Formats: sequence, C-alpha cells, structure tokens
Amino acid sequence: MKLSRKFVNDYIDLPKDESTYDIAEKMTLVGNEYDFEGKLISCTNLVIGEVLECKMHPDSDHLHVCKVNIGKETVQIICGAPNVREGIKVIVSLPGAVLPGGTIKRSVIRGEESNGMLCSLGELGLDHKFLKLEDTNGIHELPLDAPVGEDPIKYMNLDDEVIDFELTSNRGDLLSILGMAYELGAIYDKKVKDIDLSYTEGNENIEDRLKLHVDTKACPLFLARGAYGVTIKESPDFIKNRLIASGIRPINNVVDISNYVMLETGQPLHYYDADRLGKNIGVRMAKNNEELTTLDGQVRKLSNTDIVIDNGSEAIGLAGVMGGLSTEVEEDTKNIIIEAAIFDPILIRKTSKKILRSEASNRFEKGLDPKRTYMAMERSLHLLEKYADATIVKGMLEHKSVEIKDKEIEISYAKINKVLGSNLDKETILDTFRRLSFNTLDKKDIVIVSVPSRRIDINIQEDLIEEVGRIYGIDNIKGRDINIPVKRGHVDKTNRSIRTLLYALGLNETLTYSLIKDSEVYKYTNDEFEKIRVLDPMTEERSTLRYSLIPSLLSVYEYNTNRGNSDIKLFEIGKGYYKKNNEYLEDSKLSILLSGNYYECLGSNKRVNFYVMKGIVERVLDYLGYKGRYYFKKEDIPKELHPEQAGSIYIDNKKIGIIGKLHPNLYHDDIFVSEINLSLLKEIRTSKMKYKEISKYPGISKDLAFILDDDITSEEVIKTIKKAGGRFLTDIKVFDLYKGKGVAEDKKSLAFNLYFEDPTKTLTLDEITPLFNKVIEEVEKKHKAILRNS
Amino acid sequence: MERIEEIKKVIEEKMNKVNSLEELNDLKVLFLGKKGLITEVQGMIKEIPNDSKKEFGMKVNEVRTLFNTIYEEIKNKLEEEKINKKLKEEAIDITLPSEKIETGSIHPFNRIIMEVEDLFVSMGYDVVDGNEIETDEYCFKRLNVPDGHPARDSQDTFYITEEYLLRTQTSTAQAHTMEENKEKGPIRIICPGKVYRRDDDATHSHQFGQVEGLVVDKDISLADLKGTLEIFAKRLLGENTKVRFRPSYFPFTEPSVEVDLSCFKCGGKGCALCKQTGWIEVLGAGMVHPNVLRMGGYDPEVYTGFAFGTGLDRLAMFKYNIPDIRYLYTNDVRFLKEFDRKDEE
Repeated sequence: MKLSRKFVNDYIDLPKDESTYDIAEKMTLVGNEYDFEGKLISCTNLVIGEVLECKMHPDSDHLHVCKVNIGKETVQIICGAPNVREGIKVIVSLPGAVLPGGTIKRSVIRGEESNGMLCSLGELGLDHKFLKLEDTNGIHELPLDAPVGEDPIKYMNLDDEVIDFELTSNRGDLLSILGMAYELGAIYDKKVKDIDLSYTEGNENIEDRLKLHVDTKACPLFLARGAYGVTIKESPDFIKNRLIASGIRPINNVVDISNYVMLETGQPLHYYDADRLGKNIGVRMAKNNEELTTLDGQVRKLSNTDIVIDNGSEAIGLAGVMGGLSTEVEEDTKNIIIEAAIFDPILIRKTSKKILRSEASNRFEKGLDPKRTYMAMERSLHLLEKYADATIVKGMLEHKSVEIKDKEIEISYAKINKVLGSNLDKETILDTFRRLSFNTLDKKDIVIVSVPSRRIDINIQEDLIEEVGRIYGIDNIKGRDINIPVKRGHVDKTNRSIRTLLYALGLNETLTYSLIKDSEVYKYTNDEFEKIRVLDPMTEERSTLRYSLIPSLLSVYEYNTNRGNSDIKLFEIGKGYYKKNNEYLEDSKLSILLSGNYYECLGSNKRVNFYVMKGIVERVLDYLGYKGRYYFKKEDIPKELHPEQAGSIYIDNKKIGIIGKLHPNLYHDDIFVSEINLSLLKEIRTSKMKYKEISKYPGISKDLAFILDDDITSEEVIKTIKKAGGRFLTDIKVFDLYKGKGVAEDKKSLAFNLYFEDPTKTLTLDEITPLFNKVIEEVEKKHKAILRNS
Repeated sequence: MERIEEIKKVIEEKMNKVNSLEELNDLKVLFLGKKGLITEVQGMIKEIPNDSKKEFGMKVNEVRTLFNTIYEEIKNKLEEEKINKKLKEEAIDITLPSEKIETGSIHPFNRIIMEVEDLFVSMGYDVVDGNEIETDEYCFKRLNVPDGHPARDSQDTFYITEEYLLRTQTSTAQAHTMEENKEKGPIRIICPGKVYRRDDDATHSHQFGQVEGLVVDKDISLADLKGTLEIFAKRLLGENTKVRFRPSYFPFTEPSVEVDLSCFKCGGKGCALCKQTGWIEVLGAGMVHPNVLRMGGYDPEVYTGFAFGTGLDRLAMFKYNIPDIRYLYTNDVRFLKEFDRKDEE
C-alpha cells in the first residue's frame, strides 16, 4: 500500500514539521513496516522554462539548439526531442540536477554548448505506466501559463511524498487512506476528519430500470446504484496525482473515481455501462467450463468456485477480480451502474490466483467492512456528481445477509497485564482504546470494548491485548527472567558425536539439498521403496526427495574437482526420504565420500582405498559402542558400486549400510563411498561403557602364516583361529598379505599375530604350544591351508 | 721409588696424547690392567724394606689417584665431544613442512544448531526433531492458518499430494508437541531443522534452516518471551546485543512481534548491514494463539505460552560473516575448511 501524504492529509492533521521518514518509522513501531519512503519525484534543480528560440543543430539531423528563458537568465540547451519548438513551456533540469538517470552536467554537444536538459516526465522518474503517449515520445509540455523560473514539480502538484508499506495480511483495513488515518490518529492522538458523502438525487429511480438477484452465499452484501448522464473526460489533477502517488494509472474521470474511492475507503467498486447491462444484475457461482470474455479481451474458462456477475442470461464479470468486456465503461458511456459488494475472501483468492491479482482482489481477499461498502457507494456518487457531471439516480438495489454492528469484547485489566507481563494502570489502557477510536465501558475490573467494524482483524481478547501493546509501545515492556522450574533439557547427541569424530578424522562436513534430480533417487541402493516427488518442482534438478545422500555428495565432489580442488573428503548427516506401504518416512543417514590422498607429507602420501574407508566406518561404529559386533560382506551391492570392492555392513545380522568403490563405468577417479542408516542403527542397543580388568601378567605373542586359496576371506580364518585358540587367545591380528613369487597364482599368504594371555598368572610356552598347534591343525583342515615355514 | 716417579711421567706424557675413548681404555689397561704399570709397581711392595713400606704404599696410591683423576677428566671430555657430535649430526630444519595431521571441518549451519541447542538445553528446553514431510493439517491448519488464509501466500509450499507437503516452517513442532503431551502439562522445547519454500534467489534458498521455540505453562507472558530472547541474543551475538520488539502478525501467535536485535556489526550506530537503522530483524515471535492452544488440547484460560522462530542460515551468516546464503549449500571445500577450529567460548 502506497500512502500519499497529500492524500492522507485530507483526513488527518499531522504535525506540520513531521517528516515522512518519522511517520514511516513510527508506523513501523506499531507494526506497519515499509519498503520505501520519500519524494514521489526526487529530482533536484528543476525550473520551468520557456523555449524562446529553437534552431536545428548545424551538425545533426535531429538535435535542436534552444534558447530557454529560465527566469533569471536565458541559457542555451541542446534538445533531441521531436516536439521541442519555440514558445512552449518546458521542464528544465539545470547543471547539477540529480535525475534518476544521472547528474546533469554542462557540456558541449557536437560543438554546441548545452547548459542543462529539457525533460520528459519519464526522465523525472515517473513510471512509464503513468505516462501518456505524448509523454513517451518527447519532452513534457507544461500549460502556456506556467510561471517561468518556478519549481515545475510544485507547479504540477507532484510535490508529494510517499510511504510504501508492506502490511501484514491481517490488516486489510490499512489498504485505505481512511484506515491509515485512524492508525496515524492513534499514534499522534488526532481525530480523523469526516468524509464528504453529499449529493443530490434526480428524478429517475433505479428500481424502474434494474432488478437484483443474488443466488449465492458467497456474496453477503451487494449494492447497486445509478449515475446517469456522465461526461467522460480527463480527471482533475489532484485525482490523477493521488492515483499516481498510490501506484494506479489514471484513465478517465469515471474509472479514476472508482479507483480513488477504493483507495480512500478500501472498498473496490465496479462500474457498468447501464445501457449495455440491460435490466438484470445478479450474483451466482459459475458453472464448470462456463466461458466469459474479461475486459482484457481474454476468454476465461470458469469453474464452480468462481463467483460471477450475471445479467440474467449470461456471466458478465468475474466478481471481485475482473469485469467483463461486454458491459465495460467506454469513452461513449453515458449512464453507469455502480456495484459495491462484498464477496467471499477465500473464493476471491482462489479465482484471483488463477486469473489476476489486482488492487481490488487483494482487498476482497483480506476482508471488508460492510459499513465502508455503503460509504464507498455514497462517496462515489458524490465524486461522480462533482467531477463527471452525473445525475444521481434515486434508490438502491440492496442484498444484505450480514449483520452490521460493532463487536463488543469484554476483557479484564488483569488479563491484559498478565499476557503482556506488564503493569499498566486502568487509565493507560483506556487511553489506548480512546486513541484507537474504540468506545469503552469501564466496569471496575473489566472493560467492555466496542470495536469498530473496520477492524475486521479484532475478534478475541488477545487481539485487544495486542492493540494495547502496539499503541502503548510493545518494546516498552521489559524482559524478565522466566519463572519456571529448573530442569535439564534433553538432546540426542549421537549426530554431533559422529560429527566431532569425523571432523577429527579429517573429513569435511557438507550441507546439501534434500531435493535432487528425479533420475538419481533409485541409485546407490538396492532397497525397495517408492520415491517422493513434489507436485510442482522449480526445476527437474530439484524435483524429488533423495533416498540416499550419495548423489548429493557426488555433486559436491564434481563441483570441487571442476574447480581444481583435490583430495575431497566429505561427510554429511541428513535425511533420506521414501514412501513405503503408503507411509511417508524419513531416515537419518550418514554418508561419507573419500577420494585422492587421505593424508600427505613429504614424499609419502596415503591414498584413499577401500581399507581407509572401512577404517573410518569401523571407527564410527566403535565410537558409537558397536565394537566387535559389525561385519562386512561382499553382497547386496548396488550396481553403481565396484562389484569386487564393495559390500554391505551388518550388525547382529541386520544390514545397516553399504560401503564401496564407485563403479569404474561411472567415475574414472577412485572414489569411495559409504552410507549408514542411523535410524536403523539407533534401534540396535549398545551396552554401557564399563572398565574391564586388565591383566597384570605378561602374555605370549606368536606369529604364523598360511598359504590359502584366494577366495578364502581373512574373516573366515580368524573365526577358525578364535574357536581353536580357546579363552587365552585374546587378540588376533592380520599383519601381512602376500601374493607373488613363491606363492601359487590362485593362492595367497596371510600372516597372523596371536596373543595369548591369562589374567590370573604368567603363561608359559609349554601351556601355549598345544593351543597353537590346534590352531594350525584346524586352519589347515578347515580351509585347506598350508602352514608357511618361517 | 724412582720407578714411581717414572710412571708419573709416563702418565702425563701418554694421557696428553689421548684422542678417543678407545685409546683411553687402552691406557687404562696399560696402567691398571693385570700387567699394568701401576699394578706391577704395586707388586713390588714385597721387596721394599719394612720401614719404607708405608711411604712406598702412599706413593703408589698417589700415582693411582693421579691416573684416575686424569682418566675421569679425559673421559668426560671425550664423552661430551661424542654426544655433541651426535647432536650436530641430528640437526634438522624445523621450518620444513610438518606431516599433515589434518582435521576436517564442521559446517557453520550445524555449528549454529549445536550452539542454539546447548543454550536452550541449559535452560531446560528439550530438543525435538520434527518430520520434514508434513501434512497441511500440522503445517497450517493447526497453526490457525485455514485454507484460503492470506498468510499462506508468503509461504509458497512444495506440495507432494493435496495433503502432504514439505514443511515450510519448524512451527509444525508446536502442534505436534502439544498433541503428543498427553498430560497436557508444561512444555519447553526447541525444534531446529530444515524447511522448504518455493523461492530461490540471492537472499533466499528453497531449503533453509529454522529453529522454533515453544514454552507453554501457567502465567507465561510476553515479558518472559523478551527476557528469554535477550539471553538468546546475547549468547549468540554478544553481551551488548539489545532486543527490540515490534508488533507484527502471525496467525499462530497473538500478540505477535518481530524481534530486532541491535546490529552486531556497528553496535547500533547504523551501517550497510542494518541499512543504517542500527537494528536487524532476526526473529518472529509472540504469545501462542488461543486457537492453537485449544487445537493442541490446552485450555487457553489456564495455559498461556510463547513461541519464537528464526532462520538458522542467517544466524550462521551473521556469526561467521558469510555474505551469501548460497555459499552454505555450495560446499566448496575451500569454504568448508575455513570452519576447522573450535568456536570462541
């Protein structure tokens, strides 16, 4: 809502020296923020000039050399406008003038001196939609009696100041000059002035010409009156200027008056050409697929949630949104019918979202005060009589299913203070309501507040409390220490533990988008689920919720390598989303990506490989308390991973994640990824961290190596060793893998270190030897292994 | 006796020429070994007449002490030389690059979440993790935003079906927490997390973070809200941060306020960040609307509450001086690696 200062001055006397900035700031402090405040036209150094002489520039086919009288002197100015000529009065910007396009300087144009610029209204910063055709083609011509040497902005009455408010959606009442006046009245403690609704009526009666029939609940109030014999012409300057300051394009006096009244009262009006309307006017819901040509010439297909105006045989307008072409007021219109109505805000919103959001629909959507509907009708008649020579037709067609009265809300002074946490006395509270022009009835501990119907946003006690807070100054309420019992809050720290660990292990945490490309969603998993796509995505790239975070990490990888960043080590904890059995589900996941060097130092870099990734995953699981319970199996590998360097991760037979190298078909680089489903993991209980007695007695360490078939895993052998070794065998390490010379092609050598320990005494070699021999025997038997000679 | 004097001379002569521990050791053998010169002289005592025996013995001891003293002296000197040589040999250039014991980094967005969580947990709030896939019911209707409500305009929603959507605000936690609190007793929660709106430009990301706070109890007032947010603001942006309330409108709170914090960059004097106003709009807040309490099963005549919400991305941008919200989601590792240390206390 753009508030013109000149406009609002009609209804309230603000302190003369109060700057527009101060007004805007004070409005902000009562809850009405603004985007912009300042002059409608902010140019400086402009004067009215008279072109005394105008000759073609000797060195140009379109420039003119003009001698311009600017009052105190006559200056030479070069002008390229086609309409510049001797005798006209013009707007001159003198050297030093600041225009939206830049600062005017004294210059020489093709050898001729130029001491300023003759301006069009566009060059003064007036939006192009406000310009007449002649103003877009050349410089602006002022009336011939314009006083030379004076300020043209003031002369044209465009010396207005404007505040562009960004209002909250509950304050529909502020979409009117009157509403603004009441709000300012509360701030400055001033009374709002009366609006002139006077007019005289002619002899004709509307009831003889027109019948009204309203067939829908979506129109609780509909008024129709007539104004005949109008003269369509240009509006007076004050109307045009105020429309411009309010951001509305002037068209002609009749159309302008309807807009002017809408700005004043907040009630949108619609004017029909009475002669083209016929004998009936009505309101009903549209039929599905019904067609209507709106005044922009477009054929609109309607549905049964659109409210239409009807002439008894067909739809002639989309109620509250856009008029129809067939009954539009045109240059030759003589008689008009004025509609002032209220329509269902939700339905208007639905229709306007489809068709057009306009100043009118915006006001219908926010809700209207029925009192203003009557007021707007009368104000419109007043102005039509005054500025369009209209004869006002007697009588009014009226459909009314709303009750029009002020709301009464009862509230205790104590409750106001309780909710605000304040200590306001009765007088302060009552004074606040008085400033707002709310009538009150004080009943000792309670007050009955009569809320004017214009304040459709106020319905309950809490709304009144907010009004008191707003006008008293909500920031004047002092913060206090909350008086509630002390307790310890609860937060699940699993994610941050993982984050801190991976940070310490050298990985960088990322934050990526949950919405990804639809075609990526089923990748990096063999899980069965249904993907979730949004109905109206912004782009295909962000159309579907991710299941795995791996595609996101890969795009981060690509982004970075494209910029020359190497050794990319990433992790993210985020959600994966999916639909299963008609349920929308989201699981928390940890995803890791490694590539390049894991660490580097002079001469010896550690490149990332499967075992680095495995080590990191193991550290995470150890850290979370799953030590010794997880295992990796080369199975259930998504097709995007290397079939020989990938696998699934299990804890207690439950799959909790995947690990592996990316398939060389997809990426040339060695990239390793892993993803753990933390939601599944958290379901697996862990035991408490407890001290276990360490042995006081030395143990015995022994090494041994076996030649084994290639496809036998170290894990299988360890299992066998563990079983054979008995309870004194407390640790088994694989310390060497060898293939090559001395070992057959399809075989490998695996070397193990066994550690035996007895917590109650020092072990002797004699006690260990039988266990050790049993280990060898079992491994040889079970895995067709051969003990290597050491 | 003459022999002893001779040995003394030999000691002085030989010892002066010693250059290594090995030579020194050889000399020890030469003088004190089984057939050493001093050992030999000592053996002569048998042949010495009794009245001279005492004097002879003293002389022998004298020469022995002489040798030992010189021996120790030279040994210490040689050992010191040896260790000094070893130290020299082991000299390194300590300005050469280290072996890179690299740590990673923690994303600024999550740093802010952890900081906010810690602060509110210390004040007795529970941290709840809400679903990001929500229903229209919990995202709007139960927050007093019915169908067709104009407030829906400012939150352009990603719908999945007519009913399901991506939450546009963490305020959804309000409705859930009240409903799930079966005893209908006091509530103190925050809900940090991701939210989504169809909006993407330099200052908006279609995905961003919010944290919602909710307190419901008997006798909760707007002054309590202000006191709480003052603690929050000071912790996050510095002890001198001031809090300003401006009236506003949110469908789920009444009264509603916009919460401005004094500009942490200029201290309130006015700068480019605060657009010369000295204030930055940071939170939306208010007293929980009676309809929202009622829909959550609370009697608004008995219980009141306050709620507040703020954007996590903006807090991260303020705190770490990040100029563009998109940097948070681009994940350039050079950007990420800047966040590799602990935050200031």
